[in-house]
Amino acid sequence: MIVRILGEGQLELPASAAPELNQLDAALEAAVDRNDEEAFRPALAALLARVREVGSPAPPGDLRPSELIIPQPDASMAEVRKLLTDEGLIPG
Amino acid sequence: MGVMKRVTMVFRAKANRALDRMEDPRETLDYSYQTQLELLQKVRRGVADVATSRKRVELQLNQLQQNSDKLDRQARDSLAAGREDLAREALTRKAGVQSQLDDLQQQYASLQSEEEKLSQASQRLQSKVDAFRTRKETIKATYTAAEAQTRINEAFTGISEEMGDVGMAIQRAEDKTAQMKARAGAIDELMASGALDDMVSGPHDDIQAELDRMGAGHGVDHELERMKAEIAQSAPRQIEGAAPASSDGATAQSASSAPAADPAQAGEPE
Repeated sequence: MIVRILGEGQLELPASAAPELNQLDAALEAAVDRNDEEAFRPALAALLARVREVGSPAPPGDLRPSELIIPQPDASMAEVRKLLTDEGLIPG
Repeated sequence: MGVMKRVTMVFRAKANRALDRMEDPRETLDYSYQTQLELLQKVRRGVADVATSRKRVELQLNQLQQNSDKLDRQARDSLAAGREDLAREALTRKAGVQSQLDDLQQQYASLQSEEEKLSQASQRLQSKVDAFRTRKETIKATYTAAEAQTRINEAFTGISEEMGDVGMAIQRAEDKTAQMKARAGAIDELMASGALDDMVSGPHDDIQAELDRMGAGHGVDHELERMKAEIAQSAPRQIEGAAPASSDGATAQSASSAPAADPAQAGEPE
């Protein structure tokens, strides 16, 4: 399974990592939904840490789209919210 | 559903909208490749822009560091001359410069990291664009338009995701450099207007002027003391000195010329 960390590129992860990542992601989503800044930062950091731990860089010329995309490590909660609503993407 | 899935869906939706706009799937390939090359140019310009900003901050850092060093020296000189008031003034100014320095150092680090990220993004995009070009030629040569559609969709979605990511990275870097440029501009203006000079060393470097004045004063006093001491010692020494000088021929001559000056010096106290 290919996962992208925005601003960093794609990583190849074993499919078996999915349930754990989903759990970590659920915590992140809950923080964003509650507008809970205090929970947001560590939740994003935990998700990224796990992805980096189990993943290895995907081949540079790989054109496969990612199955999952994670916001950039220094993203603010406002930036993450924009990413969820298409506002974060540059039109075109 | 989770943040990751939702972000992915936003990226996919964008790629799909672009695909829907294309009539001939194979035209999509060429058109997309053009856009990719343009984005590559843009990210390279972005790297260059960030580097320019970084170098400007670097120059300002050096300048401020020199100012800080100068104030430090002045504080030491002032203390050595027993002028604690001047030393305090110099150190107060140094603290002001130091806070500017700290701020600039943070900006510098941030620009450095932005430059690094963009430069890596540029390399990643280059690899994908190269891969896309190869894939594009293969698809055009091997498949009919109808067969090609699925393969085109996959390659397009993949590269579109990369382009979206890089596009946002450029945007973030631009926002950051714009902020830095505004601040660097403000510091340049301060330096040009002399306001920062004032802060560093006063309108006409009053600390240095005071030190110079004291330095000059001390110099004259020292010179006077030295001369007085010489004069006080010269008379007895030359009289005593004349006797051993005869031990060698060379000094005998200089010794013989010395007494000529003696009457003038000896005559002064009278």
